[in-house]
Order: sequence, then structure tokens, then C-alpha cells
Amino acid sequence: MNNSLKSATLEAHHGVKEEVLNIHSIETFGTYDGPGIRYVLFLQGCPFECLYCANPDTMNFGEGKDYDINQIVKEATNMKAYYANGGGVTVSGGEPCCQAKQLIKLFKRLKEEGIHTALDTNGHVLNHYVKELLETTDLVLLDVKHIDAAIHEKVTGRGNEKTLAFAQYLKEINKPFWLRYVLVPSLTDDPKYLHDLGEYFRGFDNLLKLEIQPYHKLGEHKWEHLGKEYALKDTSENTPEQISLAKSIFEQYFKEVVVN
Amino acid sequence: MLTVEENQVKPFVGGVWKDEINVRNFVLNNISSYDGDSTFLCGPSEKTKVLFDICMDAVKEELANNGVRSIDPNTISRITSHAAGYISQEHEVIVGLQTEELLRRAMKPYGGHRIVEKACAEHGVKMNPQVKEMFDKYVKSHNDGVFDAYTAEIRKFRSLGFLTGLPDNYARGRIIGDYRRLALYGIDRLIEQKVADLDGLTGPMTDARIRLREEVSEQIKALKEIKILGEIYGLELGRPANNAQEAVQWVYMAYLAAVKEQDGAAMSLGNVSSFLDIYIERDLQAGVIDEAEAQELIDQLVLKLRMVRHLRMEAYNDIFAGDPTWVTEAIGGGTMNGGHKVTKNSFRFLQTLYNLGPSPEPNMTVLWSPSLPQGFKEFCAKVSVDTSSIQYENDDLMRAVRGSDDYGIACCVSHQEIGKQIQFFGARTNLAKTLLLALNGGKCEITGVQVIDGVPALKSNELNFDEVMANFKIAMTEVARVYVESMNIIHYMHDKYYYERAQMALVDTDPKVNVAYGIAGLSIVADSLSAIKNAKVTAIRNEDGLVVDYKIEGEFPCYGNDDDNVDQLAVDITAQFNKHLAAYPTYKNSEPTMSILTITSNVTYGHKTGATPDGRAKGVAFAPGANPMHGRDTHGAIASLNSVAKLNYEDALDGISNTMSMVPKTLGNDESTRVRNLTAVLDGYFSRGGHHLNVNVLNKELLVDAMEHPENYPQLTIRVSGYAVNFVKLSRDQQMEVLSRSFFDKI
Repeated sequence: MNNSLKSATLEAHHGVKEEVLNIHSIETFGTYDGPGIRYVLFLQGCPFECLYCANPDTMNFGEGKDYDINQIVKEATNMKAYYANGGGVTVSGGEPCCQAKQLIKLFKRLKEEGIHTALDTNGHVLNHYVKELLETTDLVLLDVKHIDAAIHEKVTGRGNEKTLAFAQYLKEINKPFWLRYVLVPSLTDDPKYLHDLGEYFRGFDNLLKLEIQPYHKLGEHKWEHLGKEYALKDTSENTPEQISLAKSIFEQYFKEVVVN
Repeated sequence: MLTVEENQVKPFVGGVWKDEINVRNFVLNNISSYDGDSTFLCGPSEKTKVLFDICMDAVKEELANNGVRSIDPNTISRITSHAAGYISQEHEVIVGLQTEELLRRAMKPYGGHRIVEKACAEHGVKMNPQVKEMFDKYVKSHNDGVFDAYTAEIRKFRSLGFLTGLPDNYARGRIIGDYRRLALYGIDRLIEQKVADLDGLTGPMTDARIRLREEVSEQIKALKEIKILGEIYGLELGRPANNAQEAVQWVYMAYLAAVKEQDGAAMSLGNVSSFLDIYIERDLQAGVIDEAEAQELIDQLVLKLRMVRHLRMEAYNDIFAGDPTWVTEAIGGGTMNGGHKVTKNSFRFLQTLYNLGPSPEPNMTVLWSPSLPQGFKEFCAKVSVDTSSIQYENDDLMRAVRGSDDYGIACCVSHQEIGKQIQFFGARTNLAKTLLLALNGGKCEITGVQVIDGVPALKSNELNFDEVMANFKIAMTEVARVYVESMNIIHYMHDKYYYERAQMALVDTDPKVNVAYGIAGLSIVADSLSAIKNAKVTAIRNEDGLVVDYKIEGEFPCYGNDDDNVDQLAVDITAQFNKHLAAYPTYKNSEPTMSILTITSNVTYGHKTGATPDGRAKGVAFAPGANPMHGRDTHGAIASLNSVAKLNYEDALDGISNTMSMVPKTLGNDESTRVRNLTAVLDGYFSRGGHHLNVNVLNKELLVDAMEHPENYPQLTIRVSGYAVNFVKLSRDQQMEVLSRSFFDKI
């Protein structure tokens, strides 16, 4: 039996792509993707192929489920009673900016409902849709995979120039954001580059918090399941010392550093 | 003992409670609501630690000895049947045991003496032949009475598993005596009132009037015996309690009398914590005791409550696993005039879960309202995160719908106004199996026995929603009828042969009565109907033509994802079956109420139920209570809670049980975030109209390890449907079912 994500209301809207988002999954008790309790929408499709990706099944475009925006608004509105501690809706992925055009509609509707909106992005896409989307985005969670362009490309398959340009744009429009950094032993935890990252972002007044996301291997089996090779087979999870070292470095640059 | 005057404590604020038996009025006039945090609390006293160690050793012996430490096979347990018993007298500030010895179980054969005999035999003990002869030949039990009156139809429903766990061979429980009355008024005054009530019960001598006169006479006898029970322990129960220690002791003696007389499935304590706070606060103000001594009183009361035991046979474990006693205590809540009943004693009760470690008993139930003081809400959440030992109920909802602010929780989740109202417990019916009657022309899907008449055969193997619903309605009508008839017989006989005189002596004469029906398998029914409605479901028949499996093509939404397309089916079915139950006359004109609660019987119900159209295979356990089916609530915890919160309390006034399990990390990264998030979850669920929530915060790995090494986890407590159990006391099947539940573990 298929315990489907699918909603019957979907049928009526099928084909009208502006009214649907192609999603991977929904988590209504998100406590790690922004403040408070959050309705987290994981969108399908991502231009990056991060070596450590915990959800490689979100990478390919178009392979998710079409989910009606009205249904999302309804579910998110039903959760208002739980948003007491600054909670709201986070769109994550995959890379949500790849569906920015439809997200504009969603975020507008959410703001009409008075719901806090967060965009969890790798910053690779910044077109006019994304810029419009940012107008109704309360908080950006910007994932910077690496500060060095070459290593960034090694980790994600793409360079980091667009991500850094995205960050500059956030600074320009003074949009509050949290910086998120996945700390992978021997791949992204070289102290030199942690300092470089700190130097680059230290002057951003709109950067509220840096979140260290320790590396975990929970996604490894998904790579195998997809028939793809997992490049970090031999990489271990961070030791507490590695995490506290990174934390102490970032604390030299940012007022709030948390380990997720 | 010092009198009030000698203590120099200030007198209580008066009110109508002085002229009539009215504990609520006393509480409202004298309560000191507390808005602060938990920093005032104390750890356990040296005396308490000594007692705790002795009790833990005794509990370990009990576990090692197949769950029973010892049995008294000679004495029929009554209020005064046993001499005084102590754990270690010099360390006890609150005294009293059910028998002379800690964890020694007593026989209460009036519910059904063959059960007691079997329970003895299962533990290698022989029931005293004289007791056996007495019940075989001369004394009739509740169980004998019920089976004399049962119809062939009821027996069939019972043996095929349509009605399960009926209190026809064990005591019904669920009646809460107002144990506070003993402390506030003393026995002499209570007897005076009951004698006056009896004098007023004059003709015409109808059945009901004669029965009530006999019952009140029995209550008066019980009160006299409770006074003697006090004398056995050197306590002057004839008069009111004069100080905090006496108030706690008096309340416990009243409860002890109840559990010496009765072995009801669930025997709640009620709502004593805020009442006792009044005495404690008065003594604290007068400097008679300090906070450490106040905590010592509550720790020792709670330790005594944890040591309550009943003698059960092993089969009882199928429906009520883990040897529960349901000493349910309701804590907190608001008042009708806009105030709240959170006191320092609310904190002290919860603090016992640290001072004495986690425990299923007493069944701590917080009456939650988003408007309760933040300090209390956060302490509750912290205790939940640390111990998984608390359940929560929606106080705003119950106060508004039931019209009372002085209530306890009967058994697991059921509202009961203390001293004013009682409840006739009715176990539950298998609604999923009822749906299968609708698909099989009224035949049992497993045995092929014709159970009910009037259900037409299906016109086609491809299930049609409207046709199934029409048949289901016929099946529900018939099952409800037989269910009500069985309940009427059971409670008639229980009153006749095993009347709860000790508890009823502490309840108003002629109280309101609810009869508490229940259903199991709601999520299976909702998902099955959703499959039939939204996908293509084809029945597969065996050689006898019985539908034994289903071919499901296409997708359908499942209950538990905040999707109205299926959730509304659960709402509608609940309302419909509740209406069917209310259509028939009841014993003592009791008011019908229904619960969606399974205790641990969801496992055994599953065993007795064939494959269902939602794709569930034959024999697979149901989800507990009103929970969505395991693993089908794929959108996370809040969507799941929102689905359950849609069920209308008005359609299930006996309670809607929901059990949430999550790993600690899911709640947040650190303790303060976890506490804040859990508080927000509770505020959210109850403001959306949810009725009851069990909260478990633990890792699955821990449970797996506890299955392998039970000896390392004597206190591991987990909330199941409406109560908590020691995880290691569950059967392997039940443990596996707990593990297969949706653990919200996204991080």
C-alpha cells in the first residue's frame, strides 16, 4: 500500500503549475530550520550535488509530488497555534529558489495570514523571481558550503561566486539571515578557511546567527538506495573537539554561534 | 498531635463548606495559587530515601518473582481485614499498607472468585479451601451474576472479540471517592450526613429507592469501618485533620480503605494536590513545617501510592498491561471564576518524579490550559522531557463542556466531577471488526459465524463507498445495541454483588452517573473508508466466500496528516457511533459517554481482527486510542496532532486519547529549547481543541536495550494509551507495538 502524500484536492489543480510546488516531503514539526516550531516544506530539485547531502533523493528536478499551494496555506494556517516561539513556515529542499515563481504566491498568502516565512537556500539562484520572493521573506537561512571557490566546487559541483553574490544582495537590502555551515571533517573544517569565512562575513550587520551543522551519516543509505556512490564512506562524524574548535573560531567573528 | 488552636495557625476561610459537604467551596475559598517557578523545591529527606530503597528492593523481588512478591491466600480483603503494615515504621511520616506486608497482595473475590483462584494458582499459591468453598457454595460474585443474565448474543459478541475487556469478571473501578472529605470533615460528620440522607429516602419504595437505601446503609457501615482502620494505625479519623501531616494521612487512609475493599481496574485518587496545599501552606506560614518537610509528606504519600497492588490473573495483562492501578491524580487546571489551581503542591507532586525517580503511578495528569502560569507549564514540560511520566488534558475544554472545575480523571482520560458524579466503566468495542461485518453480510470475518442480521451481501467485489457506509450503519446500530445491553447487565450486577461502599460513602448520595463506552480501531476505520472512497479497493474472498483480503489500486489520504478528506471520516464515524450508543435505555438512567481509548488492548484487538481495506494485514496491532496508524502520519508531529484534534469532544465525552512519542533531539538542541517547544506543542494542541495527550520523550534505542536488558531499567516509564507503564513489564508483543509506533524523529 502506498501511504500517499497526495491530497485529493490536488486533482482539481493538476496541470496549473503556478498553483503547485513540486515537493519532496513535508515536516510539520521542524525545530531546526529557523526559529520556533516550523512547517518545513522540502522542495524537489537542487543544482548542487553536495558530497555529504543527507537527502540525495531531493536532487533531481521534477521527481517530487505536485502539491497544491492552497493546501499548503491551509496546513500552515492550521499550525498557527504552535508558532508561539517565533515559529512559521520554512521552505527548504532541494533548492527552493528554483521554484521561486510559485513560492512568491505562497509567501504572499502566508504573509496575509501573518505567518513568519523563512527561506533555506544555497544562494545559487538570484533572478528577479527570487528578488521578489525575498520581499515577503522574513528570514533567510543561507547555506554557505565553503568560502574557497575551488573547494566549494569540489564539495558541491558548482562554484561559490553566486552564493557570495546572494549574500551581498542580502546585505544590500538589509535582509536578516542566519549563516549555516556544514562542518565535515577534513573536507570543510580546515581552520584557515573557517577564519576566511569569518573575515568575509564579519561586517554583515544583517547576519544574526551562525549555525554549525555537524556532519552525520544518516543519508548514506539513501545514496546506496539510489544506486549512487557515496563519496564520504570513510569520513567519520565530527568529534566534540572538532566541533568546539570550529565554534571557538566562529565566535571570534559572530555574536551568536550555535551547534545544531 | 497539636490541635489547630495550639498550633497557632490561622483558621480557614469559612463558607458554605462549613454547613454542607462541599470540598470545592473550601478549596476555592482557601487556595493559594502559585505563579512562580520550581526553584523552591526540595530533594528527598533521609527518611524518604530509606523507605525508597526498601521499596525498590521489594519491587525488584517482585519483578524477579514473576511480577508478584507474595499473596495472602487466606484473608478476604476488607477495610479492616488486615492488621497494620509498615515499610519501616520509624521512617514513615505517612502510614498504611493494604496488608501487613509491603507488596503482599490480597484476595478480593467478590468480583469473581475463580479469577482470584486462578491468579493464586498462577503464582503457585493455593487459595484457602474455606474461602473457595464459601464462594463455590454460599456466596455469589459479580461474575456469577453477570453470566446468569447474559444473553447468547452477548456471549457471542464477547467470544468473537466484538466486545472485549468488559468488566464482567473483574471489578469495574473508575469510581473516584472524594478522599478529601475525610480530612476536611472527619468520619463522624460524614456519618451524620449520610444518616440524614438515609432518613430522607422515604417512599414510595420503588426498586430504585429501595436499592439506594440499601446502598447508603452500606456506605454508613463502611465509614464506621474506616474509623476502625484509623484505630488500627492509631489515627483519630473521627475528627477532621488538624494539620498538613494529618491532612495527607487522612486522605491516604480514605484511599487505602478503597483499595483494600476493591480491586477496580482503575482507582483514581482524584484531585487532592491543590486541596492538600491549603493545609501545607497554612503550616508553612505558621512555621510549623518547612519546605523539606512539606516535600517529605508528598514524597511519602506518593511512595505509598506507588506500592498499591491488586491480585490479577495473567490474561488481564492483554487488556491492561504492566500491572497498572491508575492512581490518577489531576494536577493544576483553572477555576470557573477565571483563577487557577496551580499551587506549590502541584510542583511537589511532579517533583516526586525526580525525588523518587520516574514511575507510572500515581498517574500524574496535568489539567492544562495555555493560560496557566508559565513557570508551571515549563516545569511540566521539563519533567516530561526528563521522565515521560506525565499526561496532559485540556482543562479549558472540559471545564467549558462539562461545567465543572472540581474534577478528577477517572482511569485514564475521563472527566469525573469529584464527589458529585460517578462513572460505569464499559471497556470498548472493536469498530474495525464492526466495519468488516458490513463487508461480510454480518458474518465474523475470521470464523464465518453469523453475528448480526440485516446486513445485505455486497453487490460487487469492487467496494462502493455508499454501499459500504449503508451496511456499516446497520452493523454499528446492532453492535451498539448489544454493547448497551451488556453494560446494563454488568453494572446492575456490580452494584448488587460488589458495590463500592467505601468510595460511595465519600460521594454524594444519588450522584449523577455516566456510562463510559469505548471504541477501538478508529484510525483503521477512517483509513479503510478513505481507501474505499479515494482508491479502488477490491475484496478478495476465501473458498467460503468470506472477504479475507483486499486489492488496493491507487492512492488515498491517511488520517494523521491534517487532511480533511480523511480526517472528516474519523470525525463523522465517531459522532455516528456515539449517537447509536445513546439510542438505548441505560441502567440507573446513566448518561452515555464514549471514549476513543484502548489502554494496551490495541494489540489484542489487532490479533482478533482480519485484514482491513486500508491495507492492514490480519492480526496486525491497531494504533492506540485515537492515534493515526503507525507510520502513516508522514507529515510530522503537528499534522498528526491537528488531525486528532479535529475529533469533537462532544462526540466522545469519555475522552480522546492521543499518545505522542518523540526522540529528545527532535524537540530541540538543548534543554531550554526542548522545554519551550514542548510547551508550545501543548499550548497548540489544546488551543485547537485536542482533549488528551501522552508525551513520551525518549530514544527508540533505549527501548530496544531495555527489551534486551530489563534488569537495567526497573523504572523506565513510558506513556501508553491513557496511562503509563514500566516498559519492562509489558509483554514482548506489546513492546514491539510500542516500537512500531510513529516516533517523531526528524531533526
